Amino acid sequence: MNLIRYHAPDATSWPALDRWSNLRDELNSFFELPLSSSFGRGGQLFTGWSPALDLYESGDHLMAVVELPGMRKEDVDVSLHDGALTISGERKRESTNGEKAQRTERYVGTFRRSISLPTRVDASKVTATYEDGILKVTLPKAEEAKPKQIKVS
Amino acid sequence: MKTLTRETRDADRVQTEQFITPPASVSDTADGYMLEIEMPGVKKDGLDISVENNELTIIGRRSVPAAEGTVIHCESRPENFRRTFELDPSIDANKISAKIDQGLMTLTLPKAEHVKPRKIAVA
Repeated sequence: MNLIRYHAPDATSWPALDRWSNLRDELNSFFELPLSSSFGRGGQLFTGWSPALDLYESGDHLMAVVELPGMRKEDVDVSLHDGALTISGERKRESTNGEKAQRTERYVGTFRRSISLPTRVDASKVTATYEDGILKVTLPKAEEAKPKQIKVS
Repeated sequence: MKTLTRETRDADRVQTEQFITPPASVSDTADGYMLEIEMPGVKKDGLDISVENNELTIIGRRSVPAAEGTVIHCESRPENFRRTFELDPSIDANKISAKIDQGLMTLTLPKAEHVKPRKIAVA
């Protein structure tokens, strides 16, 4: 984590190089933005915050588990559309009482995850809980998608 | 004065347990520092915070039972969390307090009384 930032010599003090400084800043931000957001956790180079999502299937229901640490329940949105489950939300910056950030790895802002469900579910019976920073969405399968045992007579 | 943010990399340490490094944020407050670490699935009992040789180690063990059924899609990691920080000498290690709420651990690290700015009244 202790990357030492390269301090470029101050180009603005050199009038002839002035017009290059804008270009330099732009190039710097191009390199720094995606990098700084990808250092904390892997695989999010350009996507910002992409909380880990798991999907389980059992006999009569599907369950989606999403890691959403430090959210408020009311800031999480769960919706079902066209056989896809979408979980979105926004983590708001905590009200600061004169706090000054020294190191920020936690992502603040919006996220959106979608996953298409392998079976049809009964949208009216979907329930969700949020506990210990983990969102669990239980999606009971639609009647026709449930496994059926057929007796051989 | 910025040592709280310096992270100790313990590559030489023999590890029997695998950990992952959760995202953390550090901020300055009026009387010390505040450290926030994301540990989804960790309850109060799963937290293990220790200070040794001026090194603060936070371990969070997940206690969420595995969901039943077969895995269709999996992005989460099963490992527990660990972060280590070197404490700024101004921090009073005896007064560090922690709480965990919805998988976000907040650690308050107050500065020792003797390093706080003090106004001296002119008599």
